[in-house]
Amino acid sequence: MVLSAADRAAVRALWKKLGSNVGIYATEALERTFVSFPTTKTYFPHFDLRPGSAQVKAHGNKVADALTLAVAHLDDLPGALSALSDLHAHELRVDPVNFKFLGHCLLVTLARHYPGDFGPAMHASLDKFLSHVISALASSYG
Amino acid sequence: MVHFTAEEKAAVVSLWARVNVELVGGEVLGRLLVVYPWTQRFFDSFGNLSSESAIMGNPKVKAHGKKVLTSFGNAVKHMDDLKDTFAKLSELHCDKLHVDPENFKLLGNVLVCVLAHHFGKEFTPQVQAAYQKVVAGVANALAHKYH
Repeated sequence: MVLSAADRAAVRALWKKLGSNVGIYATEALERTFVSFPTTKTYFPHFDLRPGSAQVKAHGNKVADALTLAVAHLDDLPGALSALSDLHAHELRVDPVNFKFLGHCLLVTLARHYPGDFGPAMHASLDKFLSHVISALASSYG
Repeated sequence: MVHFTAEEKAAVVSLWARVNVELVGGEVLGRLLVVYPWTQRFFDSFGNLSSESAIMGNPKVKAHGKKVLTSFGNAVKHMDDLKDTFAKLSELHCDKLHVDPENFKLLGNVLVCVLAHHFGKEFTPQVQAAYQKVVAGVANALAHKYH
């Protein structure tokens, strides 16, 4: 599974459109993840996880920044995300199955907010992009 | 067994009442074949699946999508009894169709994305969570008779 030129162009174009709202959508994706996949909350016992939580919002912004970094380095995702991979593997020790839950909720969030853009081809490109990000994030494990 | 609260059932049922099963079925199955192209392995007899537009416009994909989503509608009517409701279909998918149950999870998530796409603001985190439970329940029920 490779990110084709078309996939990259699609993801870059959508990210440009999201502009400064990436943080809002990443936060919503996190909220959706906590509600739909409650086991993910076990990584955040120190957070207020109620809707509107400032901590979740701050974390959403962190996730957004990482995704924006990924979009800027589509040619070398493992390299760009290696520090984050180390963090998640060795310090946070997050089971990688959880990355898929967040990735799915990101797709749901984007489908909900950008229906005109979320055609089957964009859905496929985004899914592939997120799979590559997840792969890069999991690369330091084990 | 999946347990649904009264609120979750109400959310699932009320949204489903507004789903155009024919339209959404074709959309869901089509997107499964586009986003996860290896799933095309089960549909060699469907003709042209060579591009996104070929897949989304393929009449056999639409017809089969409608069949699949109608079955999902049955799940919505029997949320407390998914294993029994899908017992025969489970045997069929294992013994005759030889479908890896992993595919049920993929289809379930595509359905959730399509519902978000169609219902937008109404597809709140709570409604999504209820539907994630349904699709997980259906996937488990469909895998239940595998051997």
